Amino acid sequence: MTERPTYTLTGETGDWELVMGLEVHAQVSSEAKLFSGASTAFGADPNCNVSLVDAAMPGMLPVINRKCVEQAVRTGLGLKAKINKWSRFDRKNYFYPDLPQGYQISQFEFPIVGEGEIEVDVEPAHGDPAYSFPVRIERLHLEQDAGKSIHDMAPDATYVDLNRSGVALMEIVSKPDVRTPLEAAAYVKKLKSIVVALGTCDGDMEKGNLRADVNVSVCRRGAYEKFRETGDFSHLGTRCEIKNMNSFRFIQQAIEYEARRQIEIIESGGTVDQETRLFDPNKGETRSMRSKEDAHDYRYFPDPDLLPLEITDLFIENIRDSLPELPDEKRARFEKDYGLSRYDAGVLTADAERAEFFEAVAHGRDAKLAANWVSQELFGYLNREDLELADSPVSAVELGELIDLISDGTISGKIAKDVFARMIDGEGAPGAIVEKHGLKQVTDTGAIEAIVDKIIAENPEQAASVKEKPKAMGWFVGQVMKESGGKANPQAVNQILRQKLGL
Amino acid sequence: MTDLTKLSLAGALDGLRSRSFSSVELTQAFIDAIEASNDTLNAYVVKTPEKALEMAAASDKRIASGAAGALEGAPLGVKDLYCTKGVRTTACSNILGEFTPTYESTVTQQLWDRGAVMLGKLNMDEFAMGSSNETSRFGPPANPWRRSGSNQTLTPGGSSGGSAAAVASDLCLGATASDTGGSIRQPAAFTGTVGIKPTYGRASRYGMVAFASSLDQAGPIAKTVEDSAILLEAMCGHDAKDSTSLPEPVPNWRDAVHRGVEGMRIGIPKEYRVDGMPDEIEALWSQGVEWLKAQGAEIVDVSLPHTKYALPAYYIVAPAEASSNLARYDGMRYGARVSGDNLVNTYEGTRSAGFGQEVQRRLMIGTYVLSSGYYDAYYLRAQKVRTKILNDFQNAFESCDALLTPTCPSAAFAYGEKAGDPVQMYLNDIFTVTANLAGLPGISVPAALDGQGLPLGLQVIGKALDEEACFRVGGALEQAAGFVAKPDKWW
Repeated sequence: MTERPTYTLTGETGDWELVMGLEVHAQVSSEAKLFSGASTAFGADPNCNVSLVDAAMPGMLPVINRKCVEQAVRTGLGLKAKINKWSRFDRKNYFYPDLPQGYQISQFEFPIVGEGEIEVDVEPAHGDPAYSFPVRIERLHLEQDAGKSIHDMAPDATYVDLNRSGVALMEIVSKPDVRTPLEAAAYVKKLKSIVVALGTCDGDMEKGNLRADVNVSVCRRGAYEKFRETGDFSHLGTRCEIKNMNSFRFIQQAIEYEARRQIEIIESGGTVDQETRLFDPNKGETRSMRSKEDAHDYRYFPDPDLLPLEITDLFIENIRDSLPELPDEKRARFEKDYGLSRYDAGVLTADAERAEFFEAVAHGRDAKLAANWVSQELFGYLNREDLELADSPVSAVELGELIDLISDGTISGKIAKDVFARMIDGEGAPGAIVEKHGLKQVTDTGAIEAIVDKIIAENPEQAASVKEKPKAMGWFVGQVMKESGGKANPQAVNQILRQKLGL
Repeated sequence: MTDLTKLSLAGALDGLRSRSFSSVELTQAFIDAIEASNDTLNAYVVKTPEKALEMAAASDKRIASGAAGALEGAPLGVKDLYCTKGVRTTACSNILGEFTPTYESTVTQQLWDRGAVMLGKLNMDEFAMGSSNETSRFGPPANPWRRSGSNQTLTPGGSSGGSAAAVASDLCLGATASDTGGSIRQPAAFTGTVGIKPTYGRASRYGMVAFASSLDQAGPIAKTVEDSAILLEAMCGHDAKDSTSLPEPVPNWRDAVHRGVEGMRIGIPKEYRVDGMPDEIEALWSQGVEWLKAQGAEIVDVSLPHTKYALPAYYIVAPAEASSNLARYDGMRYGARVSGDNLVNTYEGTRSAGFGQEVQRRLMIGTYVLSSGYYDAYYLRAQKVRTKILNDFQNAFESCDALLTPTCPSAAFAYGEKAGDPVQMYLNDIFTVTANLAGLPGISVPAALDGQGLPLGLQVIGKALDEEACFRVGGALEQAAGFVAKPDKWW
């Protein structure tokens, strides 16, 4: 594995490094909300998925949804984290119209999941090769989502939609182990792949079902290592928290902007204020949301409407037994079973659907060939076109058929690319395309011999000099292939040419 | 015909079952009594005569068809803290405006399921915060009891003042109440009625407007110990809609009332002998000891050493929880709203106008004690005191089965007498808050009249889930005291 590169930003006074910790909010996949029976379905009309509890009517009481507890434990196990058999819900008190209770039920002091660790894979970028690095998980806790305030429906009023109010969220907090914008995005990607594989969150970032807050600070070279040795945060710079980002691109842009902003402040003699900031994707800037002085005093205290959450070993073990294969396990299996490189295996297992697609294509076929076609050609195309796998114009069965045509020599790899392009254009199954356009590879030696004879006869001088200049052999191959319309089997062409030219 | 309103609940249920009178007749008698006297007593803040007669008629049908429930046809009053479907529920606070729930509290639903008839909603201190019912948005109810030779109106206590006044003046057969720091037992003691707060978690809090979640418990105020047992049985039981509800079966408490105290060990906590307690209360307490001894109980001196910290701890925990529980009254979704020119002004306007002074005081105390930097010194410490108090009780119960104490350090007082000094008012709860902090059952039984002709109560505190002990001792005290006095009707 490649070593983790050092990421530095050069300022007027020297080089700076970044330190980041992330808080990811993942909406729990569950039919009902964390403490009420109301539906969590997306897209309902405003205020239609709201129970009396969610609207905080007088005398209403929360009752924990066991499914959400299960999902949190499942996620904890997926993060290789400690599951706390005793945890507690606290109230985080603040006033806002989309927070009907006047408090959010969350877990402050005793989260359901404690420390864990995940391995994050960073794709090759800016000339750096792929690498992976560990991120320590600090904790995961369950909490309620708030409703939604809509400020642009009327000039002088705010409307509130409580459909989200009370929906279960998992807040996953990392330690400050992330050092580059790309790593931050890769970390969120990895978390997403884990929760999606586990079925504990759908990972839909556009709907806000997975969103990240990033704590960013800058420091001088060596300071981070001192912090890691001592655990003393004073070695690090003052951090700012950028809230609520729901795209990998925004995460990177926001961090890059924020790091530059902080460096400029420090280098011009100022100090960074600890504050909460928002990223404006239109301007590509972060702006202050509230300063530390304006920070709420949330008056946390144990929610007296709820008992401490106690779970048994049996409960945990039952969940452990039902865990699906996780991305890292799948990657290891792909490396072993298919003989793929770590990077290729990583690309193919980052997403459960894509991994499944690959396995369908690779089944009973040359795995490396299948990996190339799936990740280079198909995923490359999907990424360029910004398409989901579900929208792929080529099915696993069809791609497998194409690979079979290459393997059995019906078409060459080069022709296959042409066939693939036609498949994308919707021309149908590869066999039919080959048939229709007469793309079948010519392996009939008689036919090839005839072409070879013709080319040699037409070019006696080259034929004569080829013994002195063996490189000219390539010219003959090209001519034969051209004459055959690319369909001649290259091995057969080579063989016959050598024979005829007396090489 | 006898005045049906004077019947006990047990007596009325017998009469209904034997068809001596119908539920409609009984209910009409109460409606008439309420009509005649509520303007003076102000016990009811919502009257539901039509609903009552409808329910009574349905009860009569069920009685006729032999399908009568445990409370079939019995007209009851409901503290305005309980959400009642289609009937305005405001916890006697302006902030709830004309709020009318679309749902029913579990406790009241259980009453209606057993055939009870609803007469209306009863007055209370705003959000159950008070010991005199003076903080109600609808003005205070009057205690039907007055000092001998005096016309001064006295408080029926609080916060369940309306419930106590209505039961004492025969405006219902019994009433629901609620007890966070003594709000059932103190009004019962002030009005010569019986009130019991069960073990925390016995009765569901679903649909009860919350004051302090870890302390609030439902319970009845009734005319007799037996009546209170009948009502409590109907009110209790596990409810999946309240996470703190106990999955315990409800025993037959009614039978325990007459079981006697032979062989029971009754603890007398020395710390409840407080400075400045009137001699009469001291004497009544001793009398209670003698009554129980005479019926075969063994008297044991016990110590609850952390008692003196109970009241301060209570006045931290309860306001802290209230400050959070009452945050939902923000004028956004229901209740009253005072619109300002921005969000903060709307919040401030709504909550300043909607909450009375005492509620505001407690919300500020609660907000303060939970604030960053003060949490450890106040809230956390109060919770530790709470544990100590529970340990005290557990130690005491090693050597006894129940505790006997006075219910209150005084008889009913007049309006305004303590309103100016919150601490004086809070001291009223000194003997009752301990049971809330420890989650234990406590009953107040009327035992005597003081020199001014006002009722005084004795309290029995039982072990967790041992309401039976409260009913046995309460029944024995009731029998020995032979308390039958009723206030002279002046209203």
